[in-house]
Amino acid sequence: MPGQTPFQTIGPFFHDGLGWEGGEDLVRPETRGERIAIRGQVLDGDGKPVPDALIEIWQANAEGRYNHPEDRQEKPLDPAFMGFGRSATRQDGSFRFATIRPGRVPGRGNALQAPHVNLGLFSRGLLRRLVTRIYFEDCPENSEDPVLALIPHPARRATLLARRSDGADGVVYRFDIRLQGEGETVFFDC
Amino acid sequence: MQELPEYRREEPGAQPPALHPPYASTLKRAPLQATMRLPHSLSEITGPLWDSSHLRPGDDDLTRQHQGEALGERIIVAGRVLDEDGRAVPSSLIEIWQANACGRYRHDVDQHDAPLDPNFTGRGRVMTDEEGRYRFVTIKPAPYPWRNHPNAWRPAHIHLSLFGPAFATRLVTQMYFPDDPLIPLDPILGGVPDPAARLRLVSSLDLEASVPEWALAYRFDIVLRGHAATPMEG
Repeated sequence: MPGQTPFQTIGPFFHDGLGWEGGEDLVRPETRGERIAIRGQVLDGDGKPVPDALIEIWQANAEGRYNHPEDRQEKPLDPAFMGFGRSATRQDGSFRFATIRPGRVPGRGNALQAPHVNLGLFSRGLLRRLVTRIYFEDCPENSEDPVLALIPHPARRATLLARRSDGADGVVYRFDIRLQGEGETVFFDC
Repeated sequence: MQELPEYRREEPGAQPPALHPPYASTLKRAPLQATMRLPHSLSEITGPLWDSSHLRPGDDDLTRQHQGEALGERIIVAGRVLDEDGRAVPSSLIEIWQANACGRYRHDVDQHDAPLDPNFTGRGRVMTDEEGRYRFVTIKPAPYPWRNHPNAWRPAHIHLSLFGPAFATRLVTQMYFPDDPLIPLDPILGGVPDPAARLRLVSSLDLEASVPEWALAYRFDIVLRGHAATPMEG
């Protein structure tokens, strides 16, 4: 059995290699679903912005179906929605995505998961990918989500809840990522 | 409910921890709380899939993306992408980036006092074929200094990013060259706990894949996570 290839850091010079035209914009005019913006900031253990991180997201469409052959649910695919996005942080550590609110997808067993966006974070100073999830604070289904239920402490669970604001440019969910220290984001062994 | 496959977890010793003090930048960036084990649901066993529309002509030859040819030692890098069961991973996108033959990246943040090559961007993309094979042409990158500790130089390396079939199989890694004296001194490669797993990141000279009087080839096989033995009820 061949052994796993180890992870290595993305380093500070990935921007050309991992450039993605339109990577932050997951929607087209014909994409179905409620438009939302996701914005946040990556902070290190001193609370300083991380200006050289790469955030990747992967999510289901508005109906709760992933654009992937392993998802055989009887729900419609949206040809105008792939579900993958990529955003490199700016000098102030900020990242942003324009996307749609994902539908619910099943978890293990019979539990239905609350709407969520899967997130991978890479940066200089990280020898591996960090994995977390964005949930939406105003979703009543969060209380029955099997993954959120794995996190015993409410304050830690709250690190996965994006905060909603409604502005002139629509619904914005704010999701800051604290790599270390007070308010450290919950990361998953995926 | 459909039966959901599950992916294997990390091989002990093969994957670096987040916190590795010899690599100083991990000190303020590595999470210190224990990670939560995520059960593999549809969210983890699906992921973005790619086709050749994501490739542009010339993406597989980093030496010929400009008017003139890139300076340096032309090399071929080739290998296979497999899973832990030895099965080929077809149609997997590989994104590539690297320094030039003088050890300099074309990047604003790179202030190393070494020349840029106007004929070398250092960016490529390839896709694996049905047998998981990939191949690209580039120049051999040079080592370059960094500020981790006095006289810290990164061994020559090429960055590679792979998706595989699922969110759970994502891999970003670096490929090194055989017989580089900087390899045992490198705190980034040294972050991999198991010395045998470290060696998996060192390519090998491949005369068979070399083109006589044109370029030597280096072989680099990549192993992504495989399916766990027993699929669980979905």
